[in-house]
Amino acid sequence: MSPSRSEFFEGVRASLPIVAAAAPFGLLFGALAVDNGLTVGEAVLMSALVFAGASQMVGLELFSAHVAPWIIVLSVFAVNFRHVLYSAALGRRLGLMPGWQKGVAFFFLTDPQYAASEARADAKIPVTLVWYMGMALPIYVLWVLEAWIGALFGSLITDPAAFGIDFLLPIYFLGLVLGFRARSGFLPVVIASGLGSIAGFYTVGSPWHVSLGAIAGVIVAMLLPPAATAHDVEPVEATP
Amino acid sequence: MNGVFWGVPVNVWTILAAALVTYGTRLGGHLVLSRFSRIPPRIDAALNAVPAAVLTSLVAPAAVSNGTAEALTLAACLIVGLRVPMMAMFAVGWALIVVLRTVGL
Repeated sequence: MSPSRSEFFEGVRASLPIVAAAAPFGLLFGALAVDNGLTVGEAVLMSALVFAGASQMVGLELFSAHVAPWIIVLSVFAVNFRHVLYSAALGRRLGLMPGWQKGVAFFFLTDPQYAASEARADAKIPVTLVWYMGMALPIYVLWVLEAWIGALFGSLITDPAAFGIDFLLPIYFLGLVLGFRARSGFLPVVIASGLGSIAGFYTVGSPWHVSLGAIAGVIVAMLLPPAATAHDVEPVEATP
Repeated sequence: MNGVFWGVPVNVWTILAAALVTYGTRLGGHLVLSRFSRIPPRIDAALNAVPAAVLTSLVAPAAVSNGTAEALTLAACLIVGLRVPMMAMFAVGWALIVVLRTVGL
């Protein structure tokens, strides 16, 4: 095999565990999208263009609440803001790529993609676009396909509550929250956000509780004494 | 949201805008943040806190504003989730909400 072909397949191999871990959530996204009022086409479009699982689920939660579109966009932005840190950290590792290649690569910058690229760079192996896309493409193609399959099946489910499907998003979000628990200031941030959100929910009402809770948590994070040691940017999710 | 704007459903516009801001975060870090040699610690702490803060804000009302079955499920998931991986916690939570609702909580 030519060097670039074997590099591509090294990337594909790195994608396999991610593809397996992401599959249930890719399907779930499609099913919930339809349950929350999107069409099958819109569900596929969202997976294909946003390609960031947690933020897509957050978007769904808000689509069903009939909130103003800009609030949905702002919430997606907030959940995806961590990518700014990945992008800044990874940009230095892609030094060999021409600008347009970086532009392509950054579209596919999911949490596991970031983790694997950092690991490869740490091992002193160049992070080329061929390897990078070898990993990114299987994750991407299946993610989009799963949204479609999930949406087709989701439209067959007439009573989501009977299968607990309407309550899967909170469970999923709780799992994501716990994934951050190693970060400094985790507990104060979560307590502040939780209380702020509940207070907002019962006073000004939905969807403002999301912004209010988030702002409360971020303010607490800023007021806490800064962490003593510098930390590397750690990826938080095992799926896109 | 079921409106149509310029012949395109508002949902599609929303998805396009969400895609644009998401690509913005993936490209922007490299274009903007990498120009700073060092991020101020408090800004760094704030950025780090954003995802947990947003996600907690989505979960918390779901725990207190629904029924007993929902509150118990999330409480159990919290305990289980500290010990097992995400996927296992998710499966436990799914089973629990179905069972608790079936028994009428």
